[in-house]
Amino acid sequence: MTDVQKPGRLMIDRATKPHLPRYLKLRHDAGRDRWVLLAPERILTPDNTAVAVLQLCDGERTVDDIAAKLASEYSAPADVIAADVVDLLQDLADKGYIKG
Amino acid sequence: MTEDLKIDGHVDGIAVDDEPTAGVIGNEDEAAELCALAPVGLLAELTHRCPLQCPYCSNPVELESVKNELTTEEWCSVMRQAGEMGILQIHLSGGEPTARKDLEEIVKAAADAGLYTNLITAAVNLKRDRLETLQKLGLDHVQISFQDVDPAGADRIGAYPGALQKKLEVARWVTGLGMPLTINAPIHRHNIHNVPRYIDMAVELGAQRLEVAHAQYYGWAFLNRAALIPTYEETVASIEYVEAARERLKGVLTIDMVVPDYYAKRPKPCMGGWGKGFMNITPAGKVLPCHAAESIPELHFDNVRDRKLVDIWMNSDAFNAFRGTDWMKEPCKSCAFREVDFGGCRCQAMAITKDPRNTDPACSLSPYHAEMVKLAKQEAARPATEFVYRNPRNAAQAGKAHGEPLVPAE
Repeated sequence: MTDVQKPGRLMIDRATKPHLPRYLKLRHDAGRDRWVLLAPERILTPDNTAVAVLQLCDGERTVDDIAAKLASEYSAPADVIAADVVDLLQDLADKGYIKG
Repeated sequence: MTEDLKIDGHVDGIAVDDEPTAGVIGNEDEAAELCALAPVGLLAELTHRCPLQCPYCSNPVELESVKNELTTEEWCSVMRQAGEMGILQIHLSGGEPTARKDLEEIVKAAADAGLYTNLITAAVNLKRDRLETLQKLGLDHVQISFQDVDPAGADRIGAYPGALQKKLEVARWVTGLGMPLTINAPIHRHNIHNVPRYIDMAVELGAQRLEVAHAQYYGWAFLNRAALIPTYEETVASIEYVEAARERLKGVLTIDMVVPDYYAKRPKPCMGGWGKGFMNITPAGKVLPCHAAESIPELHFDNVRDRKLVDIWMNSDAFNAFRGTDWMKEPCKSCAFREVDFGGCRCQAMAITKDPRNTDPACSLSPYHAEMVKLAKQEAARPATEFVYRNPRNAAQAGKAHGEPLVPAE
């Protein structure tokens, strides 16, 4: 019916097309000069790397696409980045903050 | 209830904010500095009117009358000020916030101010078209309290016939509209055996989050402690069940638990520290460091009708009364945990010991701890007393009675 429900744990792999559920808000917190991810009863403060990943989670790109884009921007090996991105997104998915 | 800013650990590449503010250090005029020190969360009790009469209500025993409530424009101004001072999340609560006919205008003002908006509702009077309108105006999240998962229990606890069916209907509208849903489960001796069914219900409804909120014994719940407090064994069993369910439901349902501090060894860091990350506004505009703070008679609370919100936060006597650690007495003063739990809850210290500067008696280092726990365990072992329902008549009655403080251990 919507992206909020469908019980079942999402397992992230390199083909997953991750997106933020629409009830999360990634917002720059100007007063404190940081990024925040606003969630029900939670405020997360992603670091710069995590923000770069989250901004690419549009439901169109796969994890591999995201890793490739970051690899070209940061001149780092895509395989290493992809593994880190999978770890990051799995942790967030287990908290309900990433859907695929 | 939502008094706690929930804190997680760290995960790879993303850190959860466990230091929402840097603590307040005197007067500071520069805007960015103010913002960095501002609370992240604001609980707005829009009204004390409520169709339910739950005996553990978190409202003060002395209820505010409708004629003293802030006007629409006053609440909208609060929302704008909150956004400007750097508050991030607004919790619209009550009483029953939907009893305000101008809830739409308040939600819009909050959303326009950039706040993440959370509606905390009993849901029994909420219509579907109103919910849709609120969503369109920017409402981000809905929390619905369920008094029990059994219809008869729910009717009796909330003193509202047919509440459960109505709440289930509204919960399905919320998820059907694609909004995130939190189920609030207030837990006590009459429904603690139903914790597993609450979890099943939350999953079945497609809730994003479940709060297993053991009653906290201040205010109405303190009056009703002998009617509500579960045994130690029941409490431990329910906590163990929740911990196992959390693991099983990873990625499906987030379960937050507020544990009953009577059976803990260490007190909870109430509000994450007094005047550190959170503020509360009463229906009449009084600004409180926590929703129960009016139970401390020596405090004077400023009103948004008289002072700017940021000025109250930074400079008011009530917010500075127990900020930091300077106010502490022993055993808090020299305790290694003084900046971890901040001495626990000031209101509980007041309720049990009659001195808000004492260590929270939930702490095993408090000389009142053993006596408090003994009394609670005796109450839990006896048959439950009758409920003192939360309503204006009982509020007037309870206001006249004053309990005697416990005697501390030698």
